[in-house]
Amino acid sequence: MLHRYPRRVAIIMLALTLCVAVFPLWGPAVFGDQVDFIQEKLTLMVILALFTMSLDLLVGIVGLVSLGHALFFGVGAYTLALASPEYSAASLWWMLPLVIAVAAITAFVVGLLVIRTKGIFFIMSTLAFGQMFFYLISTSQFAGGTDGLFIMFRPSVTFGETTLLDLSNPQTFFYFCLGLLIVGYLFMRWLTRSYFGQVLDGIHDNEHRMQALGYATSGYKLVAFVIAGVLAAIAGMLAAMQYGFANPVQLGWHTSGEVLMMLILGGIGTIFGPILGAFAYEILLYVYEHLTVHWPILMGLTIIASVLVLPRGIAGLIIAPPWNRKKTPVAKEQAAESVIPPNSIQHNEG
Amino acid sequence: MNLAFFGVQLLNGLQYGLLLFLIASGLTLIFGIMGIINLAHGAMYMIGAYLVYDLTLRLGNFWLAIVVAVPIAVALGLIIERLFLDTLYKRDHLYQVLLTFGLILVINEVQRIIWGGDVHSVAVPSPFDTSLQLTSNLQYSVYRLFLMGVCLALAAVIYWVIRHTRLGIIIRAGAVDRDMVEGLGINVRTLFTLIFSAGVALTAFAGMIAAPLSTIAPGMGDSILITCFVVVVIGGIGSIKGAFWGAILIGMAETFGSVLIPSLASMVIYLIMAAVLLVKPRGLFA
Repeated sequence: MLHRYPRRVAIIMLALTLCVAVFPLWGPAVFGDQVDFIQEKLTLMVILALFTMSLDLLVGIVGLVSLGHALFFGVGAYTLALASPEYSAASLWWMLPLVIAVAAITAFVVGLLVIRTKGIFFIMSTLAFGQMFFYLISTSQFAGGTDGLFIMFRPSVTFGETTLLDLSNPQTFFYFCLGLLIVGYLFMRWLTRSYFGQVLDGIHDNEHRMQALGYATSGYKLVAFVIAGVLAAIAGMLAAMQYGFANPVQLGWHTSGEVLMMLILGGIGTIFGPILGAFAYEILLYVYEHLTVHWPILMGLTIIASVLVLPRGIAGLIIAPPWNRKKTPVAKEQAAESVIPPNSIQHNEG
Repeated sequence: MNLAFFGVQLLNGLQYGLLLFLIASGLTLIFGIMGIINLAHGAMYMIGAYLVYDLTLRLGNFWLAIVVAVPIAVALGLIIERLFLDTLYKRDHLYQVLLTFGLILVINEVQRIIWGGDVHSVAVPSPFDTSLQLTSNLQYSVYRLFLMGVCLALAAVIYWVIRHTRLGIIIRAGAVDRDMVEGLGINVRTLFTLIFSAGVALTAFAGMIAAPLSTIAPGMGDSILITCFVVVVIGGIGSIKGAFWGAILIGMAETFGSVLIPSLASMVIYLIMAAVLLVKPRGLFA
């Protein structure tokens, strides 16, 4: 489903990336003395984009709707907070592998249990596991309870005696996050186009057929669950660095719901859509918060409207603009949704 | 822990479990028959509690407040079903999750606008505002016993309707094959509206009768919703029987958990769920 997009997708994404990347050049002219604040927001959006993209691997690519993805976001944040020394900076060289390892193990254990369930059961059990961790963390002394934990120093990136990246510098940190997002995006593109990704795509279309073809679909789903968990944990680690603390709210079910909203707003199953969705959601949130204290109403109505009117999200608008919807592959795909699609896997097996 | 104390906890667990069943049965009805996953279910529980708090203040009588509040809850269910859910029946669960999540945000904020962020309570109504003397120093609230009775009666009614009436047959058939039932000349559209309203009314009613025993606060629906999800996952989706035994099990586990192992109390129900998933991924009664 996600193999060929019109060229305008690449053009738009490149233009937007460039716009964000050179923000320090044009930001001060547009936002004046608010530029630091905007850059902070922008960094957060980049982090959330990575988070949303990781969820897309589950929801969009494999078709597993998880309502507990914030669990892994929280795992990343808390691993950083708990493993950081109190009065000095940790080294990223071992912090990053540690976060990845902890997230992978957590995702493997949770995945083993939830992969056994299907459809709505999967939604509910992921939600319940997310809440389990939420209560575990918010009642634990070692994790600071409901207050959470502070992170006094961002990890250092040194080689020998020289500092390669000074992450405590907001601008450097911004580029660090942007770099990770781009790496994450390229990784996801590579993953979805690989043999593994095609099997996932096949599972999304028709899991029984894949089983009949001899694929151990549970194994594939579990690996996808672990990868998504690790990516989310990296985003969680970055978010904790950005905020300077890890808080139970970050792994509550409202966070899981929000990231799902960013995903649907951007367009599921497209990898680039989630990035747009995260940005759009945060911008909307910012605007609504300034309009009224009752902004959740506006946000709620926006979600309802986007579900009803724009089920394929912003990405759907770009791939198939309303004015030439007939000619695009997406329209064809929608029409063929009820029919079993031609088997794209076998071509790659030979 | 002496025997009398144990007995009180047993009753508390039973009462909480029965209340959970009332809420979870609505969730189960709506999912099992309509295939809709309704995250806003907990929010309706909260609305029930707030309605009864507000109306008790206005009308001066708890029972009168309930009589007025139930039709309001039914109407709310009707409006939501007609306005939003119509397009969702054929869509993926993902969209139902999101739309109802959006509804939660709207309902929670509307609650905040109307009733504010304060915590409220409702007095236990007469003639149940007394206690039963169990031993020389242990009492048990009569209202809790009354609540148990109401929940049990409703459970019996639900069971009877689904098992032994024509409507129940149609409901069960609609759950299996919607198109076939439609082909037999039954208006499934109206049936769905009816069931959704009934589901919403059940949870709102649970919120109403639980109001005198609970603190009425913003977001009170969110935690009960997730507990209900655990109940449904344990019992098996779409199974009323599963919802009943799942609710009793969770009610007991949470009550005894908070007495015996306070440090793990909030986790107990999730641990039970994990264990059930490990043994029977489709739930105990599916």
